[in-house]
Amino acid sequence: MRLSCTVNGTPQQVDDVWEGESLLYVLRERMGLPGSKNACEQGECGSCTVYLDGLPVCACLVAAGQAQGREVGTVEGLTPAGAAPGELHPVQQAFLEAGAVQCGFCTPGLLVATDDLVHRSLAEGRKPADAEIREALAGNLCRCTGYEKILDAVRLAADRMAADPTAEAAR
Amino acid sequence: MDFLQPATWEEALEAKAAHRDAVPIAGGTDVMVGINFGRLRPSLLLDLTRVPELQQWADDDGAVRLGAGVPYARVISELGDRLPGLAMAARTIGSPQIRNRGTVGGNLATASPAGDAHPALLAADAEVEVASTRGTRRIPVTEFYRGVKRSALADDELIAAVRIVPPRGPQQYSKIGTRNAMVIAVAAFGLALHPDRRAVGTGIGSAAPTPRRAPAAEEYLAGELDGLWDSRAELPAATATRFGELVAEASAPIDDVRGTARYRVHALSVMARRALTWAWADYRKGDPTCA
Repeated sequence: MRLSCTVNGTPQQVDDVWEGESLLYVLRERMGLPGSKNACEQGECGSCTVYLDGLPVCACLVAAGQAQGREVGTVEGLTPAGAAPGELHPVQQAFLEAGAVQCGFCTPGLLVATDDLVHRSLAEGRKPADAEIREALAGNLCRCTGYEKILDAVRLAADRMAADPTAEAAR
Repeated sequence: MDFLQPATWEEALEAKAAHRDAVPIAGGTDVMVGINFGRLRPSLLLDLTRVPELQQWADDDGAVRLGAGVPYARVISELGDRLPGLAMAARTIGSPQIRNRGTVGGNLATASPAGDAHPALLAADAEVEVASTRGTRRIPVTEFYRGVKRSALADDELIAAVRIVPPRGPQQYSKIGTRNAMVIAVAAFGLALHPDRRAVGTGIGSAAPTPRRAPAAEEYLAGELDGLWDSRAELPAATATRFGELVAEASAPIDDVRGTARYRVHALSVMARRALTWAWADYRKGDPTCA
């Protein structure tokens, strides 16, 4: 079947999509967007977290056809269009500086989940509390870092994004 | 495999009537796992996420009619006050990503004994509204579960909604797992106190072939509370302990990878005792919802 949807603000159309295929497979194998990672394929690990119509979801659990006409935001879309080469989104920069990236496999999902959390909190005029950070990232597994540096990165990103309210959500 | 995306409820029912082996999909948190792992190869996937009626809830004739496709995240954010027991259950489900997609309708359709919504639905005397081109019927949730992952749903029917009367008394929910997120329950328990009709509702999860109530425990507790509803006096500790024992006796668990039968029985007695202690404390404070 044919699938048309908007990915990171750009209309995309792909053909010959198998009806049982996941949105994750379409993104990685048909649209050339391998940022979202394929690990557990059962919604456990969060490595494939993307925005679907503005809400973070596991792309592995979305049937491709369910994304028809919808807006998808992936980790590749975090950096705004027109950014200079190498320019990073504040969440990406914070993960880098805080040492929150080791093997890096879980990082794309964590970046999207963090972006969502920070924007939701800042929209309510506050920074996320530690308990909220833990809750928001509960569906993103990291087997390297032990999470402490990830929590540091989220706090750092929230501080910087609170100071620069022009940063746009990728959703 | 075919993929159908009905835009209206009528179209969805017609499609199910014409393709009885079609597998409905909403949040995909069960169906896509089956497909991803090659365990499920339906001839047709029936995507229900475009049917507007399923995405809504409304007050209807004294009950909340919760569309089968409302995701758990919205049950928590929009119905925490009206349906506290179900909202508490919803908070224990998966992760934010899963709660943004998973639905009560999907939990019912899968009818797993470990489904997190079931104990809350049982305790609250929910009804399941199912429909086909033949018409609509309401099934008390106690009669909905028919076996491990089997339900009273006919092969041409779809789940339209669940109906729950907002409670007049406190509700509680408790779940045991290896951590607070992303776990299939080792055992779960839902409790509803109904001071308006001097009754008690219970729901047991993950500790029998189907989700089930604990009728003897309900009857015992209703009897013990008979003199206490009006006085709101302290509940004797022995009563809570006995209630826990009776709840555990109603279970019929197995040993599996998540836990032993013996552990599940013990956990249930503890969860039921604690849930009752919390709920009665809420009732004594006069807090009807404790959400």
